[in-house]
Amino acid sequence: MLHQMSGSIAVAKAIALCRPDVIPCYPITPQTHIVEHLSVLVKSGQLENCSYENVESEFASMSFCIGASATGARTYTATASQGLLYMMEAVYNASGLGLPIVMTLGNRAIGAPINIWNDHSDAMSVRDAGWIQLFVESNQQAVDVHIQAFKLAEALSLPVMVNMDGFILTHAITRVDLPDPEQVDQFLPPFVARQKLDTQSPLSIGAMVGPDAFTEVRYLAHHKQKEALAMIEQQAEEFSDIFGRDSGGLVKSYFADDADIILVAMGSVIGTMQDLVNDLRDEGYSVGILSLRSFRPFPANAICNALKNASQVIVFEKSFAVGMGGILASEIHMATQRYVGENLKIKSVIGGLGGRTITKKSLRKLVDNASKGELDDEVFMDLDGGTVIRELNRQQEDQSSGPIAENILRDIGVVSASKTH
Amino acid sequence: MTRKAQSAADEQTVKFYQTGTFTVGNRLLDEEFRTVQATQERSNSIDSGHRACQGCGQALGARYALDTAMRVTDNQIIAANATGCLEVFTTPYPETAWSIPWIHSLFGNVASVASGIAATLKAKGDTTTRVIAQGGDGGTTDIGFACLSGMFDRNDDVLFICYDNGGYMNTGVQRSSATPGGARTSTTMPVGDHPGSSFTTGKYLPAIAMAHEIPYVATASVHDLHDLERKIEKAMTFRGARYIQIDVPCPLGWGSEPSQTIKLARLGVQSGLVPLFEAEYGELSNSTKIRYQVPVEEYLQLQRRFAHVLKPANVDQLETIRALAEKNIKRYRLL
Amino acid sequence: MFQIRIHGRGGQGVVSASELLSVAAFSEGKYSQSFPSFGSERMGAPVQAFARISDSAITIREPVMEPDMLIIQDPTLFNAINVFDGARTEGYLLINSSRTPEQLGIEDMTSTYPKNHVVTLPATELALKYIKQPKPNTVLLGAFAALSHMVNIPALEEAIRGKFPKKIAQANIAATIAGYNLTLKIIQQAQGS
Repeated sequence: MLHQMSGSIAVAKAIALCRPDVIPCYPITPQTHIVEHLSVLVKSGQLENCSYENVESEFASMSFCIGASATGARTYTATASQGLLYMMEAVYNASGLGLPIVMTLGNRAIGAPINIWNDHSDAMSVRDAGWIQLFVESNQQAVDVHIQAFKLAEALSLPVMVNMDGFILTHAITRVDLPDPEQVDQFLPPFVARQKLDTQSPLSIGAMVGPDAFTEVRYLAHHKQKEALAMIEQQAEEFSDIFGRDSGGLVKSYFADDADIILVAMGSVIGTMQDLVNDLRDEGYSVGILSLRSFRPFPANAICNALKNASQVIVFEKSFAVGMGGILASEIHMATQRYVGENLKIKSVIGGLGGRTITKKSLRKLVDNASKGELDDEVFMDLDGGTVIRELNRQQEDQSSGPIAENILRDIGVVSASKTH
Repeated sequence: MTRKAQSAADEQTVKFYQTGTFTVGNRLLDEEFRTVQATQERSNSIDSGHRACQGCGQALGARYALDTAMRVTDNQIIAANATGCLEVFTTPYPETAWSIPWIHSLFGNVASVASGIAATLKAKGDTTTRVIAQGGDGGTTDIGFACLSGMFDRNDDVLFICYDNGGYMNTGVQRSSATPGGARTSTTMPVGDHPGSSFTTGKYLPAIAMAHEIPYVATASVHDLHDLERKIEKAMTFRGARYIQIDVPCPLGWGSEPSQTIKLARLGVQSGLVPLFEAEYGELSNSTKIRYQVPVEEYLQLQRRFAHVLKPANVDQLETIRALAEKNIKRYRLL
Repeated sequence: MFQIRIHGRGGQGVVSASELLSVAAFSEGKYSQSFPSFGSERMGAPVQAFARISDSAITIREPVMEPDMLIIQDPTLFNAINVFDGARTEGYLLINSSRTPEQLGIEDMTSTYPKNHVVTLPATELALKYIKQPKPNTVLLGAFAALSHMVNIPALEEAIRGKFPKKIAQANIAATIAGYNLTLKIIQQAQGS
C-alpha cells in the first residue's frame, strides 16, 4: 500500500514485516529514527514476539546480535560511521561465524574530524569483513532490499549490510509502497538456523583455527560470496514476481547500453544522476549510468558487460582510500582490466564527502569535461582550491602538528577565543 | 553609577535585592565566599557564543566546574571531552568556545584519552598541569564505561566530570542507562500500559565509582553552585582518579521550561531523587541534608517526560519512583 | 515540478511544514518529496526545509536551489541569511509578518515578483489564536494552498489528522483554513486595487 513517509520509518516497518525475533539497538545519527520507531512497534504490539533492547554501545549491539543469531533468532540492528567502527571486531566475527544478521548502515562519514553527514566511508571501512554489502538508491528500494536481505542472509548463512544514505534517504519523506504481510510471508519463510546453540544437539561455535586450516576456511568464505552473485539476481527476480518491483539485483543500467560516457555510482546519487542524464540525452549527449546495487560481492562480470562498449567511465564515489585514491574506481579498474584492456578510460571522481551537496550542475561539468577529453584521472569534485592552496603554502613555511581542520583555521587567521594568561 | 548605567536605570527600574546573600555571582560578598563567576578575572574557560539551548543545565554546570578548576590550579588544566552535547555546542567549526587546551576524540574513550594526557604530564615531570575528562551520562555510563573503569583501576590522576541529564540528548533524546525509570525518551516511549524507560536495577555511576575505592567521588547539582564549586575545589586537592557527577536538567529532553532549570535541579535534590554526597576511598564522607523535603510529584510534574507517570492509571510507577527517593534518603542519609 | 523552500528557526515547525505539504500532495495522487537541511540544529537556529511536488516520479536529491515558492516563517531571518538565494522571480513568496514588504525593507526583492505572487500575513498571530502556540507553520500551509493551488485544503486536513492527535489536529486544521481564507482575501484585495 502506498504511503508518504520518511525512509527511516519505512525501513522500520519493513523490518517489522520480516518478523525479527531480537533487535538490540544503540542510537547514532542518522539511524536514530529507525531504532526509535522499532521500539514503538514492539511496545505497541504491532511487532509481536520480538525482543527489543536498548544496549550500551554498538559493540554490545553487534555482540547481542551474534548471541541471538547463534541461538537461532532472526536478528537485526542498525548503525553508522563511528558506531560501525566501534563494533568492527564483532562485524568481522559475525561473518566469520556465518551468522545471518541483517544490519542497516545509515551511511555517514567517519571522523576525525567528526561529521554527521552522509558519505560512504563507513561502508568502505568494512568492505573486507566478509559481509554482503548492498546499496539502495531510494526509500522504496530500502524497503524492498531489507526484505530481500533476510532471505539472502539466511540462504547463505552470511550477514548482510544494507547501505542507505544518511539524511538523504533516512530523513527524506517520499512515496513508498509498503508490502502486505502476506506478500512478505510468501517471500520470506521463517528462519531455520543451519546450526545453533541448542541443548538438544550441543555444538561448539568459535574454535581457534590454525595455519593448517585457516586458508581453506577463508577461501570458502570468498567462494560463498561469489555464489551469492547468482543468488542476489535470482532473489531479485523472485521479489519482482511477488511484489512487482525491480529492486535489488547486482547492477542496474540506465541508458548505459549504447552510451559513450557512463557514470558509475552507488546509492542515492543515482537519482540526481538520472535527472541529469535525462537532460543530457535530450541535448544529444551519449551518456548513461550504471548503478551498483551489490558492492560485496563485487559483480565484476556484470560491470564488464555493462561498460565494455563505452569509451569513458566516470566512477563517482563518496569515499576514497587516503593516500591511494578512489576505492570504487580502483575496483572497477581491476575488474575491467581483466576483460577489457586499455581501450576503456576510467576516471575517478570523489565527491559528496562529509555531506557536501552533489548538484546536477557539478555532475554536468564532469560529463562536459569528459566529452571534451579534459577530465582528469582523479578529481575531487567541488574542492575549494583556494583554501587548499593557502594551507599547502602555509605548510611549506611553518611546521605544525595536529589536526588539519584546526590548522586551516590558523592559516585563515581566525583569532582564537582564548585569552593569553 | 556611570552615566551609561544611569540612563539605563532611567529606562528600566532595576531592583538590587540580593546584597549580602550568598547568591551566586554576588560581588559584594567577601572574597572567600564569592563564586568564581563573581570575579572579573574568571577564566571563561567556556566563553560566550556557544550554541547550547536556552536553559541548558550542562552549559551552566560545565562553566562553573571548569572555571573553578582553573582558579584553583592557577589556570593549568587540560580538558578532554567525549562526543555529546557539550562537545557539539562548544565547537561548531570553525569556532570554539574553549579558552583552555581541549581535545575531543571519540564517544567512548574520553577516560582513556585523559589518562594518556595525565601519563604524558607525569613522564615529562609536570606536576602543575591537571587533567579533566568530561562527558554526558551516555558517554560515561554506557559506551564509556569500560574505559572509565580502567582509569579508576589505574588510579590515573584525572578528574572525571559526568554531566548527567539522563539520556542521549544530542542525538534526539534516546535512553541511556542513566535514564530514570518511567521517563519518556524516543526509544522508551510510554505505549499503552508500558512505562517509559523501564525500572531496572539502574546503573548509578557514583556508587560504582565508590566501589572502585578511588580517592574522591561526589555528586552535585546546578541549583547549588557554591556546593559544586566546593566539590571541584575539594577534588583538585586529591591526586589520583576522582569522579564528580553533576545533575543537569535538559529542557529539551525533559520537556521542561528553559527558565525552570535551576528550580528543577533543586526539586530533584529536595525530593531525594538526586542525592548530594561525597565519598573518599569508597566510604561515604559527607551528605547534604534535605532541608525541605518535597514529594516527588512536584519534581515530576514540571517535566513532560513524566507526564504519563502522573496519570491515575500509572500510580504504581509513581510509587516506584517514590520508593526510589526513600531508598536514596536512607542510603545516603539525606534526612 | 514545483519546488518549495521553507525558511524558519528551529522550533517553528519548518520541517513539519514541508512534511505535511508532501503528505498532502501525495494524498492528491501526486509525487512529492520533502527533506530538511540536515544539521545539528537547536531551538532558534535558522533551519530550511525543502519540498518538491510533481506529476511524475522525482529522482533528484539536491536541495532546492531555485524555489518556485519561498516561504519565510520568521522575518528576522532577512538579517541573518540570504533567504532569497536562487528564488525564481516568476515564483511565489509567502512571508509570515504583519508588516508589508516595504516596512520589512525587502521591497527590492519583492518588486521583481509578478503581481499577486507576494503575500505577507500575520501567521504567528493566527497561530496563537487557533493553536495557542506561536507556531506559524500550519497557518502558512493554508496560505500556500491559497497562493499556489498546488495542494487543496482537504488534502492538508488529511495530512494534519495523520500527524497529530485529534484535538491538536482540529486546532491546526482551523489554523490552516484561517491562513487559507486570509490569503484569499489579501489576494482579492490586491487584485481589486
